[in-house]
Amino acid sequence: MKTQSILICGVGGQGILTASDLLSDVLLQAGHQVKKSEVHGMSQRGGDVISTVRYGDQVFSPLPALRETDYILAFEKLEALRNINYLSDKGIVLVNDFVWEPLPVAAGFEKYPQDVVEQLQKLAGELVLIPATRLAAELGNDKASNVVLIGLLASRMKIPKETWLEVLRRKVPPRFLDLNLKAFESGYGFKA
Amino acid sequence: MAKELLSGNEAIARGAWEAGITFASAYPGTPSTEILENIIRYKDDIYSQWGANEKTAMEEALGASFTGARALVAMKHVGLNVAADPLFSASYIGATGALVVISADDPGMHSSQNEQDNRHYAVAAKMPVLEPSDSQEAKDMVLEAVKISETFDTPVMIRMTTRTSHSRTAVELGERQAPPVPEYKSDFAKRNLLPGNARKRHAVVEERLKKLAVFSDSFAYNTIIKGKERVGVLASGVSYQYGREVFPDAWFLKLALPYPFPVKLFQRFAAMVDKIYVLEENDPIIETFARLAAPQKEIVGKEVFPLQGELSQDVVRASLGLKDMTPRFAGNGVPGRPPSLCAGCPHTAFFYNLGVLKVQSKGDIGCYTLGALRPLSAMDTCVDMGASITVQLGIEKALEKAGKTTKQVAVIGDSTFFHSGITGLIDVIYNQGKSTVVILDNSITAMTGHQENPGSGKTLLGQEARKIDIVRLVRDGLGLEHTTEVDGYDVKAIRELLKREMARPEPSVIVIRRPCVLLYRKAKWSPMVVDKVKCTSCKTCLRLGCPAISTDVDGKSLINVSLCTGCGVCGQVCPYKAISYADEKGMHIGATTLESFAKGGGK
Repeated sequence: MKTQSILICGVGGQGILTASDLLSDVLLQAGHQVKKSEVHGMSQRGGDVISTVRYGDQVFSPLPALRETDYILAFEKLEALRNINYLSDKGIVLVNDFVWEPLPVAAGFEKYPQDVVEQLQKLAGELVLIPATRLAAELGNDKASNVVLIGLLASRMKIPKETWLEVLRRKVPPRFLDLNLKAFESGYGFKA
Repeated sequence: MAKELLSGNEAIARGAWEAGITFASAYPGTPSTEILENIIRYKDDIYSQWGANEKTAMEEALGASFTGARALVAMKHVGLNVAADPLFSASYIGATGALVVISADDPGMHSSQNEQDNRHYAVAAKMPVLEPSDSQEAKDMVLEAVKISETFDTPVMIRMTTRTSHSRTAVELGERQAPPVPEYKSDFAKRNLLPGNARKRHAVVEERLKKLAVFSDSFAYNTIIKGKERVGVLASGVSYQYGREVFPDAWFLKLALPYPFPVKLFQRFAAMVDKIYVLEENDPIIETFARLAAPQKEIVGKEVFPLQGELSQDVVRASLGLKDMTPRFAGNGVPGRPPSLCAGCPHTAFFYNLGVLKVQSKGDIGCYTLGALRPLSAMDTCVDMGASITVQLGIEKALEKAGKTTKQVAVIGDSTFFHSGITGLIDVIYNQGKSTVVILDNSITAMTGHQENPGSGKTLLGQEARKIDIVRLVRDGLGLEHTTEVDGYDVKAIRELLKREMARPEPSVIVIRRPCVLLYRKAKWSPMVVDKVKCTSCKTCLRLGCPAISTDVDGKSLINVSLCTGCGVCGQVCPYKAISYADEKGMHIGATTLESFAKGGGK
């Protein structure tokens, strides 16, 4: 199997690394070789965060290449656009329909572009917008938006649903499990 | 054996446990921090601790090695500059129990002030260096490092990079080797580096290097991978992985022990190919040795591949003109998302006040370096750990000599002050400096993810520790009379103190105290709300750079309730008293003072 690449991006504090850990564990469980990469440090203080996951029969680089990434899973709209050059020509972009203004925007130095979705539509092979933060909030905690997004990604990948659920049951602390299983289902069953 | 996805740092920790290491020390620094944080999982078997800085951590590990115990010390690349003094001595002394030095380099400077290549230190200190290319090798290299260290009587360096430290790849877990039983036996000739002893030790080091060079030729992890074409790739570390992506049919010589360089192995490899590409991050270390070992061979190295930044399969391809890197989307109009001080950060009010007083502070390394970014923009130097105080003294003295007096303000955090600020402050007092040093004391090493430090009252292993009180240390210990403390959330008091101390023609220290908000945020805190009638859109609150504050469609200030911690600083700076605490129903309770903040549950 040719190596596949997934890029997960968003804002520090949105649960990006937890999501990419879950995804990596699922891929390992499904019998793939997996490499995951992330950058910590300054990004913990409200900066942008990227984590990449590559899987296949034999994976060398943990980093995806520009124009060769199969999926972008974005926790915030602007971050999808920031990383769009990684996407392959037929790549799929799954985006949380959510705006988190960068500080220079909030402080009035810069403007948040109004045409993010239009730009993404032009560049993506397929674009799915999902109100993951709202869906998670309706389930009781907007912090579960990362698992809503993982659910949506799962619905597009060829890995049995049971594998995802199994990893969730194993990795999520018991008191959050019910919320996370519901969040996963709401992403998995999402119809645009 | 079970396979698990581990980060490079987790794998180093696992390797330390499997290799029978019983002592580990470090000073936190990205990307190395999680090594010790993971070693505490094995606290029944491994004693571990944070040092005040990398030098103390290294010396403590060396002391442990003197007893025959196996020791590991970890730091980021610039930390090794601080620990370079004991590193060079340790090379002469050798290792009774294994001494493993982890240097986590940061090509690309994801969170560092430079991107030095610490393999230079191994060459300069004449000790072997190992370079893992994934997590499995990171674990394996700790086991190999222990063997090499004890066999050749040498400290061994492992060079990690941000990419190897923070990537997760599958690792086969093994069992723990029985650690040696430590016993301190005196060895004057070896460990007391008086010149008479040291001269003899230097001869031993040179002999050791020759033996290690022979070993490097046969080291199992220095491997040749067969290819289909007469093209060769010489690579070390994660660069090997990028090479495999770009050159699927080439021969590879993958070096896990790049120094001492395996000359004979390389010459055998060179004979099988017509052309050799050398892939390594930052400086041309193996390339230089390769050119010396095969001067006639066509070798492609740093004249093509960048010295700066990380490599990747894209960078390698682009360097060779194999890939068009023109982006489909040019990125115009996408605002950056720089990191910022957190909502409720106890450093914010101080930097805001510097702005009001139009003072550019001399800065240091920590979260508070973010006070340099707009809108706070109140720090114009950041050099290295501890340099705020010393750089300030240099500026002051140079200007004073020319008859100019300018009062400077240096700013340093508690952990950085313990690390190497104390000696600078001693210089200020001894040399009769006149400036003000502000110590931002949030009781934790926050930037790297909340590690305990001598002011926290807890050790790495979670034991209660004597809390070193910075005010007492400075006032009673160093005898600096003008030492005051103030609450990090008290905007007015901080400003008055700054004014008073900056006017004083004597050295002074202001300790601004308040624990890191990420650790002490309480769910019951009442958030702040803006009274839209009173708000005049003057944007004073936006100058705090608080991530919880933005503006609504009418240009009035807006506070994000889920981010707001109720610190109350915005309420104190608002000239129109338009920001106050809300009660549970989001109603104004009209209070903006610290006392009411305490009533709101904040203290």
